[in-house]
Amino acid sequence: MKKYLNRHTPYFFIAPTLILLTVFSLIPIVVALVISFTDIDLAGLADYSSIHFIGLDNYKNIIKDPIFIKSIFNTLFYVIFGVPFVIIISLAIALLINFGKARIFKAFRVIFYMPSITNVVAVAVVWSYLYNPTLGLFNNILHFFHLPSVPWLTDPTMAKVSLIILAVWRAIGLNMIIFIAALQGIPKTYYEAAQLDGANGWQQLFKITLPLLRYAIFFVSVTTMIGWLQFFEEPFIMTDGGPLDSTTSVALFIYHNGFQLSKFGYAAAGSFILFIAIIIVTLAQFKLQKKDVEY
Amino acid sequence: MAGQSQLKLQKKSSKTQQWVAGVILALGGILVCLPFIWMLLSAFKPESEVVSLTPTLFPKQWTFSNFQDLFKNMNFFLYLKNTLIVVLCSFIGLFLNAMAGYGFAKFNFKGRDKLFYLVLATMMIPGQVTMIPVYLMLNAMGLTNTMTGIVLPGLVGAFSIFLFRQFMTTIPNEMLEAARLDGASEFRVFMQIVLPMSKSIFAVQGILTFIAGWNSFLWPLIIANDEKLYTLSVGLSLLKGQYGGNFALQMAGSSFMVIPIIIIFIFFQKHIIEGYNISGMK
Repeated sequence: MKKYLNRHTPYFFIAPTLILLTVFSLIPIVVALVISFTDIDLAGLADYSSIHFIGLDNYKNIIKDPIFIKSIFNTLFYVIFGVPFVIIISLAIALLINFGKARIFKAFRVIFYMPSITNVVAVAVVWSYLYNPTLGLFNNILHFFHLPSVPWLTDPTMAKVSLIILAVWRAIGLNMIIFIAALQGIPKTYYEAAQLDGANGWQQLFKITLPLLRYAIFFVSVTTMIGWLQFFEEPFIMTDGGPLDSTTSVALFIYHNGFQLSKFGYAAAGSFILFIAIIIVTLAQFKLQKKDVEY
Repeated sequence: MAGQSQLKLQKKSSKTQQWVAGVILALGGILVCLPFIWMLLSAFKPESEVVSLTPTLFPKQWTFSNFQDLFKNMNFFLYLKNTLIVVLCSFIGLFLNAMAGYGFAKFNFKGRDKLFYLVLATMMIPGQVTMIPVYLMLNAMGLTNTMTGIVLPGLVGAFSIFLFRQFMTTIPNEMLEAARLDGASEFRVFMQIVLPMSKSIFAVQGILTFIAGWNSFLWPLIIANDEKLYTLSVGLSLLKGQYGGNFALQMAGSSFMVIPIIIIFIFFQKHIIEGYNISGMK
């Protein structure tokens, strides 16, 4: 018995996780695809015979659904405006921290990283309060300087911007760490050689540092993009998609349809469209990564 | 001569540059911490002060009543208990991840590489695609509105398995062989040799697991139908929903969720940042 166990040991070691991952990660993809072709809803859950196979109807309806179209627009808005901000700010902070020689600069790493690990719900609750039109800190500060209030969460476009500000605040830390690690990987000899040639700090930055960080910038862009395509908790807590569905992300749309309207098949179709989008972005990353040349 | 004074000039401007960088970062740091500072200060103010039209920086009246309210009236003890149960179960998941990491690292078996790629592939699956099917599956298994249903889907994770595998490939085979020659079963080898040698990576992963468990929100939200299974995050989101106007209370709730994590983070930040470093560079 012991010999059998010993020979088949690796299978026993990997079995629990493999089973769990298969059941809860791999099989669901197939299930999602299958139910996206049906009209399963709450009634269907109770009585399986009332579920009908409706082919591509869910997909045809969803791309005509104005809220879905809006959610795609909102999600793209978040990604197109938010990702550059994240890159610029995290990179700037990483450069400053890496530039610093005193030990206090290590403490700055901790400070800028804190928003990344704290609970999304707590953060969203705090920022809702900060954004409150009459009682929030931000408008209070504006009043103090005799500036008009900003409709942070009440104006459809401003609400998107407000959520982006929050998401950028949270994303700085993680990406800053990646940039710092990449910066520390650049050989100091490059800078020494440039200095001998008479290059000043700014020239070194643009001619040596930034080109060598190409891959890190690319990596941060893609991972941030993929993360923001799944933007959910912040709009869910702060605006519930409002005002007027102006902050509904695709993920929030799927949640609404699946768990509040119980249109499981319909929501599954939406989730599959999102899945394809993410796969396309990821594959594009792999392809472009292969083309990237090492110095 | 010119070279020496140029060197001195460079050193001096470099020192000013360092100070400029430091000041910019300090200002940025204060801005970044502002929400947390405000959250904490507001948590200790009575509600009347928080909603007054003339805002105050430091509390005119320090009060613990918001925190007391959380636990006496808002069921936060219950939410805390549930959250800790989730955290404990995630540690079981961590152990399973370590087992899988060991299996992939130290054994050569048929299909090993294919299975490992399969594991890695699950990392790319976004939560939105799996959440509805998993919910339907748990419903069919009768596990909705149970703690098992909350904990099971996210119990193990490909990323963690990957990290364990990377680490364990560095464990010297001689030690394992020696134990086997002494007659130890494979499981004993794992428990008594591999695990103690993996203390450092367990520390990093343990902290990350704790933080993830403490912050768990989406799955408890979806699976739990009644309040008795809510975690802290879900409870806090309810606080905002139902008691939308009671800001001091919300700030107290947020503080309770955020401050322990910040404290843990400050103490273990070296390990955590290193852990994320490894992930970032892969």
